Amino acid sequence: MVIYGVYIVSKSGGLIFNYDHNIPRVETEKTFGYPLDIKLQYENKKVVVAFGQRDGINVGHVLLSVNGSPVTGRTTEDGRDVFEVVEIKENYPLSLKFGRARATTNEKIVLASMFYPLFALASQLSPVPKCSGIESLTADTFKLSCFQTLTGVKFIIVTDPNMQGSEVVLKRIYELYSDYALKNPFYSLEMPIRCELFDTSLHTLLELVEKSGTGNL
Amino acid sequence: MTIHNLYIFDRYGSLLYYGEWNRSKQSGMSREEEGKLMYGMLFSIKSFVAKISPLDPKDGFMHYKTTKYTLHCLETPSGLKFVMNTDNQAQGVRELLKRIYGEIYVKYAIRNPMCGIGEPIISEIFKNKLDAFIKQTPIHVRAS
Repeated sequence: MVIYGVYIVSKSGGLIFNYDHNIPRVETEKTFGYPLDIKLQYENKKVVVAFGQRDGINVGHVLLSVNGSPVTGRTTEDGRDVFEVVEIKENYPLSLKFGRARATTNEKIVLASMFYPLFALASQLSPVPKCSGIESLTADTFKLSCFQTLTGVKFIIVTDPNMQGSEVVLKRIYELYSDYALKNPFYSLEMPIRCELFDTSLHTLLELVEKSGTGNL
Repeated sequence: MTIHNLYIFDRYGSLLYYGEWNRSKQSGMSREEEGKLMYGMLFSIKSFVAKISPLDPKDGFMHYKTTKYTLHCLETPSGLKFVMNTDNQAQGVRELLKRIYGEIYVKYAIRNPMCGIGEPIISEIFKNKLDAFIKQTPIHVRAS
């Protein structure tokens, strides 16, 4: 039982809580000779692989470090431009580390508001009457389960594809939300949840599920 | 267990074929518009999945489930999309879609000299073969 992340979306579609549980790191470091057989590109303030997928380095992976010094934006730690560094023959052999980019908080907000129309479209395009929106969405690497409360708040968890009983976990998170967020006098509706008690009990719940499954919830 | 309907899209998003078997609710728009909406949703789901996935996805999106139906999607390497709506009990729909691709689409649409690539499939034999294929599968049982 692996839970990768928990998201809570308010009834107006805004992300009010997110928590990354344990997302595995996908990183590969490799030494390259001149000329570099991978085509790099600068997009969204990151240097990404645009072409030349091989040895665990996939298109879309982000350049993390050059010769061990971390890359921020398009410059290395000592202020050199990455694209200039990889062009110069004298710099080779060059050790480059690539990895799968993790979603930033901004990207998570975008993702959460992207799920909202998908949920609505799923019920509009239904071939049968009186149908709800998406309850679970499965891809080859993960399964997303969603539970919408009567008031329109959506609880979303991302788990591994073989996860069973995610409905129970979602119901338990709903309980925690009503106990520690809604009943908190300092919490105002539709606003991001910043309640310590909620955080700690959510962590306890996720650890429990990870260790002993959903059987005894 | 029921199969509701099937959409086939090409890689540019045009609806090549639509077939329905047990559909009890129409979406209230023209078939063309519905196709566009469906493709738009799948396109967004694809990019959503690529971003939220904790690991690098290979096949990507496979199916989603609502209270009443399940939508299965098969994307071929050439970008064709086979989308089938079934009820929630249906099993092995992905294999079924692969067989529709290999045994019906390739055989009666691609190899048909009268069917242009990227044009809607109007071939009568494709329709009949697909109907016969769907009706003999164990998933398909008439709801009525």
